[in-house]
Amino acid sequence: MSVLVFIEAKSKVSKAALEAVSYGSKIGSTTVITYGNINEQELTVIGEYGAEKILVNRSLNESNDQQLTNLISAAVDHTGADVVVISQDQTGKSIGPRVAAKLNAGHVSGAISLPETANGFVVNTNVFSGKAMAKITVHSDKKVISLLPNSHAPVKTNGSATVEEFNADLGEGRIIVKELKTQGEGIPLPEAELVVSAGRGLKGPENWGIVEDLASTIGATTACSRPVSDIGWRPHHEHVGQTGIAIRPNLYIAAGISGAIQHLAGVNGSKVIVVINTDSEAPFFKAADYGIIGDAFEVLPRLNEAFKKFQSSQN
Amino acid sequence: MKLLVCISKAPDTTAKISFSDNDTKFNESGVQYIVNPYDEWYALVRALEIVEKNGGTVTTITVGSSADDPTIRKALAIGANDAVRIDSEALDASYVAKQIAEYAKDKEFDIILTGKETINYNGAQVGGMIAENLNQPFISLATKLEIEGNTATLERDVQGGTEVLETQTPFVLSASKGMAEQRIPNMRGIMAARTKPLNVIPAIEIENLTSVLSYSLPDAKSGCKYIDPENMDELVDLLHNEAKVI
Ligand SMILES: Cc1cc2nc3c(=O)[nH]c(=O)nc-3n(C[C@H](O)[C@H](O)[C@H](O)COP(=O)(O)OP(=O)(O)OC[C@H]3O[C@@H](n4cnc5c(N)ncnc54)[C@H](O)[C@@H]3O)c2cc1C
Ligand SMILES: Nc1ncnc2c1ncn2[C@@H]1O[C@H](COP(=O)(O)O)[C@@H](O)[C@H]1O
Repeated sequence: MSVLVFIEAKSKVSKAALEAVSYGSKIGSTTVITYGNINEQELTVIGEYGAEKILVNRSLNESNDQQLTNLISAAVDHTGADVVVISQDQTGKSIGPRVAAKLNAGHVSGAISLPETANGFVVNTNVFSGKAMAKITVHSDKKVISLLPNSHAPVKTNGSATVEEFNADLGEGRIIVKELKTQGEGIPLPEAELVVSAGRGLKGPENWGIVEDLASTIGATTACSRPVSDIGWRPHHEHVGQTGIAIRPNLYIAAGISGAIQHLAGVNGSKVIVVINTDSEAPFFKAADYGIIGDAFEVLPRLNEAFKKFQSSQN
Repeated sequence: MKLLVCISKAPDTTAKISFSDNDTKFNESGVQYIVNPYDEWYALVRALEIVEKNGGTVTTITVGSSADDPTIRKALAIGANDAVRIDSEALDASYVAKQIAEYAKDKEFDIILTGKETINYNGAQVGGMIAENLNQPFISLATKLEIEGNTATLERDVQGGTEVLETQTPFVLSASKGMAEQRIPNMRGIMAARTKPLNVIPAIEIENLTSVLSYSLPDAKSGCKYIDPENMDELVDLLHNEAKVI
C-alpha cells in the first residue's frame, strides 16, 4: 500500500510527527508531506523513521485548514496514496476530518493500532472517552487515519529520505492568524510521557509549587482536575478528563484527586498510575498501580527528594 | 445572525459502559442520555449569547431518531428558537456531516457551531467534515468567539499555545471549554420548549464510509500496590525497576 503522512514541523520535528511517520511506514511505502520553512537538515530525521520521500511546500507558512487540505489532497494525487496518516494533534483535529471529506474517504479518528487487513481494513480506536475501544472498518478505497499521540512508539530504521519541493494550487486562506500566545516551553499535555496532576485536595492555587517542583525534577507536564480549572486555580488547558484533554502518558501521578469517573475517563489510558490521597476510600485507588495513602503536602516534596536522589545515583 | 448548532445526545457521564449482541452494540439498558456537554455548555450557549446581543435566531440540528427528542427539547429549553431533526440513525461522522451540509447548503447560516467532540465517539470529526462539504473555513477547538458585522475574532488551542485569528462569515467552528458558561434551563424555558417547532425531515440517501465492527472494554487493572508514605525511595525504585517508566 502507498501511504502519505502529513506532519506539521514548524521548526522541529515533534515526537508525535515521528510516531505518525513510523506508523505509516509499517503500513506501506511512505511519503511525507509537510510545509513551512523548516530546514532540510532537521527534516532528514524523518527518513530515519521509515519515510522514503519528503515533499515540502515552502509557499505556505501558516496552518490554514483549507489550504492544508488542498495541499494534502494534491499530494495524494501526486503519490497515488491509498492511506493518509495524520497525527491527531490540534492541527490534525482541524484537518483530518476535512481531508477525509475532500477525498470522500472513510476516517478513523484517534487510531491506537495498526490496521488489520486480513479481513477488510480494520483499525482500533478509543471510544466512550477511553472507557472502551472499538474496531472500525473502513469501507472506502481511500482511507484517512488520525493517529492518537502516544499510541505508537516511533522506531528507528536504517533508512533515509529524499527531500523534494512540492507546489500545488492551495486556493485562498480564509483564516488570518493575528497572534500566537505561547504556553511556554513545556511538552504539550497530549504528547507528554510523564504527567504530574493535582486536584482540589491541594486546597488553593498558592500550593501548586510542590506539584511544579516535582514535575520539573522529572521533566513532566502538569495537569489538573476539572474543578481546579473551573475555579481558576489552574489554566483550562491543564484540565484532563472526559470533558478536558484525554491523555495516555507512561506515568500519571495524581495528588489530591478523588478519581471521579469523568476524571478517570481521560487518564485511564496511562501506562502507570500513581495516586496520592489522604482518603483510603478514594475511588482513584481502584484505577491505580501504586497508591500512597497520605497527605500530598508531605508526600509530594518527599517524592521529589527521592527522585532527585535517584537521579544523582544514576549519574 | 442566523446560527445553526449541531446537537447530539450522549450517555450520561456516569453511565456504565457495556455492550450487547456479541459486543457489536452499545448496551443502552439503564443508560440516561444527556445533551453532549460540549454542544450544550459551549456551542449552544455562545450561540444564544450572540443572538441576544446582535439579534437573530438559533436553530439546532440533530441527525437521529425520536429517541433524540428529549435532548433536543432540552436545547430548546435553554433557549434555541427551533430545532431540526434529520430522521435517521447516525451511521458515521461522514454520514452525519453530509446530512447536515445538505440541509444547510441553501439556508445561509452565518455560523455553524458544533461541540469539540461527542463524549461517546470522541471523533471530533463532524464539524470539519461539514465545513469541507460546504467549502467554508473551519475553526476547531475554539475557546472564544466575538463577532462584529461579518468579521469574527476567535481563539483556538493549537500546539503549545493559543491562536488569535480572524475570519469572515460564513464559517464552521467546534466549541471547546472557555467559550461560554453552562446555563441551567428555568421553568419558563422548559414550558416554552414544549411548543417550539421541532421539524423532522427525511434523510438523504447516502452510504456510510466506516462502521463499528465490535467493541471491547480495557483490561482491568490487576490491583493497586500500596506504598508507605514515608518511603518514597521505594516508589521511585518500583517505577524504575518494576514499571520501567522512569
Ligand atoms: C458532565 C461532567 C463532566 C465532567 N468532566 C470532568 C473532567 O473532564 N475531568 C475531571 O477531572 N472532572 C470532571 N468532572 C467532575 C468530576 O465529577 C469530579 O467532580 C472532579 O473530578 C473532582 O475533582 P477533584 O478530585 O479535584 O476534587 P474532589 O472530588 O473534591 O477530591 C479531592 C480529593 O483530594 C483528597 N485530599 C484532600 N486533601 C488532601 C491532601 N492533603 N492530600 C492528598 N489528598 C487530599 C480528598 O480525599 C479527595 O479525594 C465532570 C463532571 C460532570 C458532571
Ligand atoms: N448525530 C449528530 N447530530 C447532530 N450533530 C452531531 C451528531 N453527531 C455529532 N454531532 C456534532 O459534531 C460534534 C463532533 O462530534 P464527533 O465527530 O462525533 O466527535 C458534536 O459535538 C456535535 O456538535
